[in-house]
Amino acid sequence: MENNAVALLELRGISKRFPGVLANDAVTFSVGHGEIHALLGENGAGKSTLVKMIYGVMRPDEGDMMLGGAHYAPARPSEARSHGVGMVFQHFSLFEALTVAENVALGMEREAASGDLNQKIIDISKAYGLPLDPTRYVGALSVGERQRVEIVRCLLQNPRLLIMDEPTSVLTPQETELLFDTLRALAREGCSILYISHKLEEIRALCESATVLRGGRVVATCDPRNETAKSLAEMMIGSELAAPPARDTVPGEVRLAVNGLTRASDDPFGVDLKDIGFEVRAGEILGIAGVAGNGQEELMAALIGESRSEQAATIVVDGTPVGCDGPTVRRAQGMCFVPEERLGHGAVPDMSLWENTLVSARTRMGLSINGFLKNGSAQAFATQVVAAFKVKTSGIEHSAASLSGGNLQKFIVGREVLQAPGVLIAAQPTWGVDAGAAADIHQALHDLMKKGTAILVISQDLDELMAISTRFAVIANGRLSTPRPVGEVSIEEIGLLMGGVHSDAVPASEAAHA
Amino acid sequence: MDLTILILQGIIVAATPLLFAAIGELVVEKSGVLNLGVEGMMIVGAIAGFAMTIESGSHLLGLVAAATAGAATAAIFAVLTQFLMSNQVATGLALTIFGLGVSALWGQGYSGQSTAPLARLHIPVISDLPIVGPLLFSHDILVYLSVALVVGVAWFLNRTRAGLILRAVGESHSSAHAIGYPVVKVRFLALLFGGACAGLGGAYLSLVQTPLWVEDMTAGRGWIALAIVVFATWKPGRAFAGAYLFGGVTVLQLHAQGFGVGIDAQYLSMLPYVTTVVVLVIISRDKARVSLNAPACLGKPFYASS
Repeated sequence: MENNAVALLELRGISKRFPGVLANDAVTFSVGHGEIHALLGENGAGKSTLVKMIYGVMRPDEGDMMLGGAHYAPARPSEARSHGVGMVFQHFSLFEALTVAENVALGMEREAASGDLNQKIIDISKAYGLPLDPTRYVGALSVGERQRVEIVRCLLQNPRLLIMDEPTSVLTPQETELLFDTLRALAREGCSILYISHKLEEIRALCESATVLRGGRVVATCDPRNETAKSLAEMMIGSELAAPPARDTVPGEVRLAVNGLTRASDDPFGVDLKDIGFEVRAGEILGIAGVAGNGQEELMAALIGESRSEQAATIVVDGTPVGCDGPTVRRAQGMCFVPEERLGHGAVPDMSLWENTLVSARTRMGLSINGFLKNGSAQAFATQVVAAFKVKTSGIEHSAASLSGGNLQKFIVGREVLQAPGVLIAAQPTWGVDAGAAADIHQALHDLMKKGTAILVISQDLDELMAISTRFAVIANGRLSTPRPVGEVSIEEIGLLMGGVHSDAVPASEAAHA
Repeated sequence: MDLTILILQGIIVAATPLLFAAIGELVVEKSGVLNLGVEGMMIVGAIAGFAMTIESGSHLLGLVAAATAGAATAAIFAVLTQFLMSNQVATGLALTIFGLGVSALWGQGYSGQSTAPLARLHIPVISDLPIVGPLLFSHDILVYLSVALVVGVAWFLNRTRAGLILRAVGESHSSAHAIGYPVVKVRFLALLFGGACAGLGGAYLSLVQTPLWVEDMTAGRGWIALAIVVFATWKPGRAFAGAYLFGGVTVLQLHAQGFGVGIDAQYLSMLPYVTTVVVLVIISRDKARVSLNAPACLGKPFYASS
């Protein structure tokens, strides 16, 4: 038996410097045996840097780490793994063109990966309620399923300490509950868990202690069960949060109408859209919920115009059918888009912020003339976005990839909102964004709605949809439920809508192994 | 019948250097590096193998020298692109020009000299069988080595842990780094292997195909090998098919010219290249297959800090 008086993991005065930034400044805290410990902080607070050092991806400049009472300084992740430290990454460390089993094997030591790995994966994924088919390619999996691959990979190595970097940002409430059951079971078995999240309610529900980071420093240590979400958030961002906006607008005329949208997916593993129809009126926010991989990506592609319909009348914007047109024509008609993937879809990673305004705002903001770009106008527009949305950046010359997730998302939302669209379509607008930035984005959507824009939000975060939508629908297996006002739908009903068709949509892979 | 066997033997001789270069480059590209210097590494291998064979009188030493010289040329590329972060495309092009130049310099004294071609294996009984004997069992050792390489590389990539790691590095170097695999080391080794293979391919030209040294004797075969890798959608078996298709069309059109077919020789000479382009286009139509096999990080620089 190990001595329970000694913490499993202890950090003493850990510091890490990057050119121009002190990412971690003398961080000290400890995680007990079988404890679920939260690491809280805004994007850029230094959480990721800290856990990367614990996992051996980087080495600290100063300070000591102790693991199980012994000196611990992993030079590489495999060394951390051999000490029983596992990690589930925020940006998944997966390989799309490899199968689930190959991905799992890559994250394990040679000996552990031997034997019937497929069977081991099926066994452990069943035991913890994380269904996975080891022979599928990761590229064909939804975001939620990919996370399962990462978790199963860690669990197969019987870790002493499991680091979870924002694990629930892509999960549905049901999946989150399942994950929490898994984590609690692990903690009971003696595994410590270091849990990083922005979702304060979750931390209160799950964690026994919390360390709050701000600007690379530990600003508080507390028991989150004795705190409120508001007090936790205030510790984290150091200022008072704005209350959620009230819904007091009256919807106007129909601005976006989708009728009988049926479309086979381009992706062999995708979901076909089946007879989707809805309307969004001026001054309302329609929220579409659903479990990951039920047609959200395909619906988004159809609305943006990346996949076009044969019939123009399937999508009508302000009375003009645009179903056959591409994104540029749709933008000219008043549509703006915030896609799910920030880097690569919403913004070009290696281009500067002002160049990124040209990508989507060229048509509506008149940033080009006769095929020539108006760089001055683009720079002015980017500056305007940065100022209006308080994007933290050292300048509009910096690349999109250099921004933290929350700041880049604020920039992208700002870039679309400031184009004064008639119809705004946003997918996962606050995915992996800290509470402060999420509140800013929600406020911006609310303000835009009040100005008479029709807004459609596709999200897997039910709390978010409940907080901002005026009407609400669920997509499951490519079909959309009838939109209803938010107040009239109970959480149970939503669960049924999502879960009922969910059991229809998934078993194809599960049944094969039953 | 004799002519058919002669043509088929000619195809094997024409295809083998391409197969060496292509299979080496396939491994390099699977690790995520685009080395456009295949032509340069081949020609360096050709002169090194030829010179060593002349000086030592041993074909074996010649082949060792060719592989070593190819790998050494690749090492220059590896240091430049993996440690000094130079652009892979530009460095690869420069490597080709460098290889052509340096081989011409070293080869000055060897122009016009000739050496005995690499001996053909003669296995009692089997090699004397009609048709099958001359067709399959009486080639030089390199032909068999090239086929063994195809099988070996396919097995390595798909069945071994090291091969899985190599594919992982080519698929996403940042993920591989995050899990803790030595991206640069894997790529360095892959480059050395690719260089050695290209060197052997070059030596096949100067020691078997035309056992003498001529400047620029690779005549664009390095570029064809690069095309074959894409044509093969990064699969060793298809690289074999590609090399033999190109080799086959090359030899057939030569014989067609010899027979005086009523088509201008220039058009016939185009045929191997046109065939390669057409097949490339047809293969690339299946986007799903290409994207599943193409290494996603191909040609992208890797910075360990990110």
